[in-house]
Amino acid sequence: MNRQIRRFGVGLMVLYVLLFAQLNRLQVFDAEELREDPNNSRSIVRDYGQRRGSMVTADGTLVAFSEELESGQFERQRLYPEGDLYAHSTGYFAFNYGAEGLERSYNDELAGKTVGQEFGDLSSLFTDKDNTGTLILSLQHQLQVAAREALGEQNGSVVALEPETGNVLAMWSWPSYDPNLLSAIDQEVSRSAWIWHNALSPSPLIPKAYRETYFPGSTFKVVTAAAALETGNVTGTSPVYPVVPAYTPPLTTSGLKNFGGSSCGGDLFNLIRQSCNSGFAQMAVEEVGPEALSDMAEAFGFNERLPIDLPNPAASVFVTDYGPFNRTNTTADGREYDVFDSTPVFAQASIGQFETKATPVQMAMVAATVGNNGRLMTPKLVTEIQDIDGGTITTNDDELVDVVLDPAIAQTLRQAMVGVVNDGTAKGLQTEGWEVGAKTGTAQLGASVEATHAWIIVFAGKPGQPADIAIAVVVEADAALGQRTGGSTAGPIAKAVLDSFITQN
Amino acid sequence: MGRVRRTTELGLIILGSLIITGAYTLASLGRNASVPANVGPFLGIILALFISAHLATRWLAPDADGLLLPLAALLNGLGFVFIVRLAGERRVPDDLPGLQSTWTALGIAAYVGTLLLVRKTKMLDQYRYSFAVLGIGLLMVPLIPGIGRQINGARIWASIGPINFQPGEFAKIVLAIFFASYLVEKRELLRIATIRIGPIHLPELRHLGPLLLAWGASIIVMVLEKDLGSSLLFFALFAVMVWVATDRIAYLISALVMFMAGAYAAWTQFSHVQARVDIWLDPWADPSNKGFQVLQSMFAFASGGLTGTGLGLGDPERIPEVETDFIFAAIGEELGLFGATAVLLCYLLMIGSGLRVAMRAESAFDKLLAVGLTALLGIQTFIIIGGVTRLVPLTGITLPFVSYGGSSLLANYVLLALLMRISDETAKREKRRAEEPDTQSASVSA
Repeated sequence: MNRQIRRFGVGLMVLYVLLFAQLNRLQVFDAEELREDPNNSRSIVRDYGQRRGSMVTADGTLVAFSEELESGQFERQRLYPEGDLYAHSTGYFAFNYGAEGLERSYNDELAGKTVGQEFGDLSSLFTDKDNTGTLILSLQHQLQVAAREALGEQNGSVVALEPETGNVLAMWSWPSYDPNLLSAIDQEVSRSAWIWHNALSPSPLIPKAYRETYFPGSTFKVVTAAAALETGNVTGTSPVYPVVPAYTPPLTTSGLKNFGGSSCGGDLFNLIRQSCNSGFAQMAVEEVGPEALSDMAEAFGFNERLPIDLPNPAASVFVTDYGPFNRTNTTADGREYDVFDSTPVFAQASIGQFETKATPVQMAMVAATVGNNGRLMTPKLVTEIQDIDGGTITTNDDELVDVVLDPAIAQTLRQAMVGVVNDGTAKGLQTEGWEVGAKTGTAQLGASVEATHAWIIVFAGKPGQPADIAIAVVVEADAALGQRTGGSTAGPIAKAVLDSFITQN
Repeated sequence: MGRVRRTTELGLIILGSLIITGAYTLASLGRNASVPANVGPFLGIILALFISAHLATRWLAPDADGLLLPLAALLNGLGFVFIVRLAGERRVPDDLPGLQSTWTALGIAAYVGTLLLVRKTKMLDQYRYSFAVLGIGLLMVPLIPGIGRQINGARIWASIGPINFQPGEFAKIVLAIFFASYLVEKRELLRIATIRIGPIHLPELRHLGPLLLAWGASIIVMVLEKDLGSSLLFFALFAVMVWVATDRIAYLISALVMFMAGAYAAWTQFSHVQARVDIWLDPWADPSNKGFQVLQSMFAFASGGLTGTGLGLGDPERIPEVETDFIFAAIGEELGLFGATAVLLCYLLMIGSGLRVAMRAESAFDKLLAVGLTALLGIQTFIIIGGVTRLVPLTGITLPFVSYGGSSLLANYVLLALLMRISDETAKREKRRAEEPDTQSASVSA
């Protein structure tokens, strides 16, 4: 029997090795992910009622702080003086529901639990020193207010970035919520706010700017145009596409129609200015192809979670697989291009339809990259963390994600987007003394629904200089209001934000 | 040999007690930032308890293995430190440490009692069918109306007067004795294949009867008592013992197939089985309700990381049942991967010692019983640790020697005593043979 006993021992050994492997997974390899899990409120509960740093905007507005309490179960209470204005940035800090937003992503810094804060000052090891960190935000108060007023009570989102640094200047979404309620010490208040907010549709708790994705519609054409210019076969003025009401891709008989049934065509400058679906789809199919467009979309940040300092950001989506090679076709001027089994849906994806989806922050990043000579910066809300005496603990340096576009290509694209403002679908953005570029988008939700998401992405700067601000606005489809275009609905909101920016800076 | 073993045992027990007392102090420092006032008495009581077990071993089983008792003591003590540390936190009653220390004392009494009562393993072999009846009876006790009680969804408790206990904890040992005895007698018959189904050779059906009975019993436990963990444990025990006894891999495979079939049928028929599997596959589907417990357990492990939060410094009380089934998650959180691995190693050492006892044992019955008892310890530990780490679906069962719980602690000390008895007997026999070199050479050539 000894042979079997030995084998049984080996069998048990294998099982225990599996246990050990699983422990390693939980405690080492997946540990970070589990700690960040939205359902994990451990560290929040531990830190609740403890000392906690404040959050202050770039221009000194206090947006979150902890107030000491005289009596009760907890020593402190978290307060948000601006109510709903910064809710989607600060998030909440609730005993039963954990934390959201910056309260979550910077929990250790706020609570003074990072290694640098705990051991930076040796004397603090032995004394009860306050080593919490104050977050200095990149947000500008007046801009945030302007965004709230301009969007009003329309479901949607407004994001403003500083293209050269990646600093988020404003981030507002409607509906929003009052984080004071969720963070209340009175658990009844907190609980009923939680239930009520979750029952609403859409839930105001969702920070749409970085966690919701929408069809980007024609704003995605900026990415397609970038990919086209990158091929070298397309310039601002050639090729010239026919003026037609629709483009029918290979392998299908159903055509891609232009907005409102109109006819359009021309060179790249014209296509962008008129937001011409037929010309763009044809250009994407014949000159760009799935691989190059996927590469460009991913260079801008699609298919990866937003690299922003907020918890659980969404990834914008651009489908990269359009089936196997089907055949070779020939363009009007006799050049060959590859056709794939799913080229018809690729044509839709290239103009921001099909399954292409983007977060508002992602589209602001697209505009910012064009305005910043093709350099994509990592978006961030926190620029600096200070100690209780105002000394710097850490600074979040500006970080380059990648040089997405060759400067010459960025220049052409910039010119094209400026054309949209000067003589295209976004004339309302024209601003004295400023060079403003934009791209509108009117994203249809599907053939059966008449309503549309209205988009605009904008950059603005001194003529010839890198842009000072990039803005993305999305106003969600509303069946009651039917089709609303980016230019007429989202444009004025972007303009209001831009004007507010200009008066202050 | 016996003397060396006992000296090692004593040294290890003293070392273990010091470790436990150190952990006790650290846990108190972590929780209240103060050294507990009773460190001295604590160490004294621990030493007194385990040294009395050691002295009893010196007296009753002087030649038995020297590692098993210190390992059990270390695990028991570590579990106790965690129970002290958890008591009074949310969801964890205050009076657990007092109760657990009583259970530990009773467990050690049971250990001594078993050594005292079972002087020769042969005695166990004689009462085979009494043990069978007793085992089945114990399994069924929770089903008796008026005595059986359902707590937390599983009907595994029996209450007689003021005493609540889990008969299943004892049934597993009794059944291991019965299986060992039965299989030793029938193993030749079971080895001879008479029926052939394709490549599988099966013995006559009447010899298979008891196997089917065991399978049926484990299914009954699963269905009627809703105790998936014990059901799995019984069946695994039986499958392993039949396989070891007969060396017919067909038994292991058919046992596996039978269990899979039973489990699949249960999965389709019973919502509680289905729920367990669903939670295992995706605890995130219902994170604040059904998946809550296992997710909190995973978060605890993650928050422990490599070195742990430190004793008394984590929040393991967030996991429901952390003092019993989920105590390993508390260890993982506060002692980290290092501490959790150390605990795994303790179990592996116990399993190794147990199997060594089995390999050395001379009589087939001793061998088989030692394998069975070791299998119980090893498999039960795997089932619960695998469950709380989401390696396998969670089935509620205690972590031997560590979890809070009287029945579990008592039963495991009885199990330990039986292993010690087998070990002692083997060593004695070897010693006798060494004194008579002729018989030794004779037995070698035999």
